Order: sequence, then C-alpha cells, then structure tokens
Amino acid sequence: MKPLQKVAASILVAIFVLMVLATFLLPAHYARQFRDIPNAGPSGAHPLGTDALGRDSLSRLLYGTRVSLLLAPAAALLSTLIAALLGSVAGLLGGWFERVVLAATDLSLALPWLFLLLVVRAMLPLDVPPLVSVVIAFLMMGLLGWQASVRVICASARGVRDSDFLLLARSSGCKPARLLLRHVAPNLRPLFYAQFFISIPLFILTEANLSILGLGVMEPMPSWGNLMRGFEDFSMLSANPWRLVPLVLLVIVVMCFQLVLPTQEVAQ
Amino acid sequence: MTATNTSANLLRLGLRRLLFLVCLGLAGALVSATLVRFAPGYGVEERELDPRWNASSVEALRQKQALHQGLPSFYFHYLLALAHGDLGESDSLKRPVRDLLRQRLPVTASSVVRGLGVAWLAAALLASLGIASRGWFFAASTTAFNSLLLSLPSAVVAMLAVHLRTPVFCAIAVVVFPRLYSYIRNLLVRSYDQPHVLAARARGLGSLAIFFRHVLPLAAPPLLALLGVSFAISFGAAIPIEALCDSPGMGQLAWQAALSRDLPLIVNVTLVVSLVMLAANSLANLAGRTFAGSVP
Repeated sequence: MKPLQKVAASILVAIFVLMVLATFLLPAHYARQFRDIPNAGPSGAHPLGTDALGRDSLSRLLYGTRVSLLLAPAAALLSTLIAALLGSVAGLLGGWFERVVLAATDLSLALPWLFLLLVVRAMLPLDVPPLVSVVIAFLMMGLLGWQASVRVICASARGVRDSDFLLLARSSGCKPARLLLRHVAPNLRPLFYAQFFISIPLFILTEANLSILGLGVMEPMPSWGNLMRGFEDFSMLSANPWRLVPLVLLVIVVMCFQLVLPTQEVAQ
Repeated sequence: MTATNTSANLLRLGLRRLLFLVCLGLAGALVSATLVRFAPGYGVEERELDPRWNASSVEALRQKQALHQGLPSFYFHYLLALAHGDLGESDSLKRPVRDLLRQRLPVTASSVVRGLGVAWLAAALLASLGIASRGWFFAASTTAFNSLLLSLPSAVVAMLAVHLRTPVFCAIAVVVFPRLYSYIRNLLVRSYDQPHVLAARARGLGSLAIFFRHVLPLAAPPLLALLGVSFAISFGAAIPIEALCDSPGMGQLAWQAALSRDLPLIVNVTLVVSLVMLAANSLANLAGRTFAGSVP
C-alpha cells in the first residue's frame, strides 16, 4: 500500500468509526427541533449550528453520514452479488446464455443510468415513510447497478473456464453448481472485491443526486443528499459556510474510495 | 478487392445495427406499454371522483377507458398509435407526449452538444499538455483537480451553475470533463509508450508528425467509442442540471414526470433518449471501425 492509500484508508476508517459511534456523540436526536433557535450559528450546544427548522446540524450530519455510508455499501453488495452470479454463470456456460447476458448488459450500459432510476422511482409511491424511502433507494441502486461489473466478471470467468484445473474438476464429475462455488468464485474473489469498492462511490453520488432532486431519502431522515438540498439558497450558504460540511465530507469520502483501490484492480 | 470487402463488411454491419435498433425500438415500446398498462391506477380517471359529474358521465368515462382493457387490444392500439407517431398523453401535463418531446428535445440536444464540445476540447487539450510536459507537478495537480470534479454530485455542480449564472452546457461540460480527461490521458500515455512511437521519436520525427501519423490512428477507434459513451453520460447529467437550473429540456421533463408519477411521459422520454443514445453509440462504433479499417 502506498502512503497516500494508507492516509485515505485511515480517513475512511475514522469516518466509519465516527458513524458507528454517532449514537453516543449526537448532541440531540436528528429530528428534534429547537424552535427558539432556527438557523443558529455554531455554539457549544450546537457545534454546527441549527437548520431552518431548528434541528441540530451536527446530529443530522452524523446520522446522515450513517445513512449514506450504510446505504451505498449495501447497494454495492447487492449489485456485486448479482453481477458475480450473472457474470460467473455466463462466463462459465458460454454460448447463447453468455451472448444474451452480454447483449442485455451492453444495452443497459448505453442507457443513461439516472433515466432508468427515474422510471423505476416513478412506478413506486413517493409519499412513503423515511425508512421505506431508504429501502427503495437501496433496492433501486442495488438491482439496477450491476451492468458494468458483469462485463468484467464475465471476461475473467471466461478465462477460468478454459483453465486446466476446471477441466480436471469437470472430468472428475463435478456438478456445475460446485464448479461455480468451489472453483470459479474463489478465483474471481479479488475481482468481486474490486467491483464492490468501485461501486460504493458511484452509489454515494447517485444517492446524493436522487435526494437533492427529492427522489431519494425522504425527510426528516437525513442523508448527505438531503442535507445538501439547502445549498440552493446561496445567500444563506455564504453567510453560514459551515453548512458546506456535508459536501466536504462527501467529497473526502468519495476521493478516499477512489484512492484506496489498487490501480491494477481498477484497470482489470 | 480488400477495400471492397471492407466497405461491404461495414455496410453489412451498418444494416445489422439498424435492424437491431428497429427491433430494440419495438421491444422498448412493448416494455413501455407494459409499464403503463400495469402501473397502479391505470384505467382510473381522477374525474370519476369529482362529485360534480353525474352517474351517466362517470359511466361514459369508464366505457371510454374499457375500450382498451383487454391486453391484446391494448398492445395493438398502443403499437398502432406509435406507428402513427402518437406516444400518448401526459397524465400530469395533459398534453400529447409527442408535442412535449418536440418542444424539449432540441433544448437538451443543444446543451448536450455544446457541453460535450467544451468538455472534449478541454480534456484533449489538458491531456496533450500533460503528455508534452511530463512533469510530476502537472500530473499530480491535474489528477487532484480531476478527482475533485469526479467526487462532486452533478446536482451540486448544477447548483453552482445557478449561483454563478453560467449556462447549462457549462455545467454539463464540468460533469463530463473529468470522465473524458482520465480516459484520454491514459490512452495517449499508452499510445506514446508503444515501441513504434519510441522508434519514430528516436529517428527524430517531429511531435506533430508523431501525433498525426502514429498516435492518432492508434487512439482514434477507442476515442470514437468514448464519444458514444460521453453522450450517455451527458444525457444522464442533464436531469439534475436542467431540473435545478430550470432549463426546459428533456432532463427537467423526466424529473417532473417522476415527481408526478406520470408513467406514460417518463417511459416514453426514456424510450426516446435510449434510442438516441443507441443510435449515437452505433454511429460512433461504425466510425471507429471505418477508421480502423482505413489505417494500413
């Protein structure tokens, strides 16, 4: 690991620890309103001030970090699992199944990703409880975000298909499911990890975009995207620059994820 | 003989792509029709709940809806209307989808084309400068800047564009630029490191001659493929940018349709955008193959 990657990994670990300990560090519940001090500046009781509804900004930031940093890896895990299954099976079986999977993948890769998300979001109810909106965002990103990974995994599985050890396993009567689980999957594991880590920053940014547009995580539950919705009021932002903290945190986390992944695995 | 074969192959490929696009359009239309047909609330008119309408009027409305309730009849009428260019009516805006698309598509197309032009120019220029200078400071600073731009959500770029009063195409360029720059830079570095380019340099060939004769033919096919992909990226970026910059384009239309759960509108917008994207990708691929075929 290069020094810069070590620094990035340390920052990520620190932010994750902060996220886990958020419950103990929160000055107040994220939805609690201090109605006598809306739009307050930083103070001892509220280190990042309060928002327009009088809610503690630090509490909302810490809880929002938890939502965004749990949602993106969970969606990345789901999409990587789908990609791993489809890509490995397509690569292992080859033939028409591989052609169909790759054609479907190419097709969906050519479509703008946000348009697809909007179509799916439009089919679901908008007026839902905040927790349901989190689940919807997670499922949408997880179920629609696997295409890029499938191509890479399928190409690698195709390489494994022609290997000697797989031929030996086949000749000794190994069933396809066992071939997949015992022989193909362990060889592709580094690739699965790489695809998982590549997907996380992408999903963090997607969640932010959707929430800013009012189609992601719903109020009063905070997420980084939700917290950035207030940026539209620039005069308020220039008077209270600490409101930019969610954006700074998001940029730092996404940059750290980009740095922490070994270059050769991204190239793969 | 070889040139004739190459042209025939390209023609065959072009026709195959066209057939693929037609089939895809048909499949997309059927999927769109299915989504509209099975969406919650299909066949229910809001006017049915209006107490000012009497029973016979409500019944007449229901009869009108019932006309296409059978599945085969629904698909038949949908495809028939589509063949005549009728994409249905928007539930929320109460206007024909075709008129809305005709009004909005040129706005987005103009922003996307201008944004892509600026992004490509900036990315190619910066990547070439990086190759020419080969200094660590330039490489480190451009990588850091690029990484910063890649880490910004498109919606935040759009809000910045609103505050700075910059046109929509500038925001699209800012979103697309970092993705283009990193790819173009890596491609040029790889092309310049090829043995035949090193040999040409050792023989004392000028920089321009090396670029146009040895580097560009190598880099052109993947760059043309990237052009197709960059269309998809910029159309995707157009949604938050047009929505937040209040630009009356396809992105804003899609966003409004999603917010008002207007399925006939959103699926048709997506269908049209998808077909435009696929046509752009196919053209870029064909151009890449033509270029690769013309290089000896």
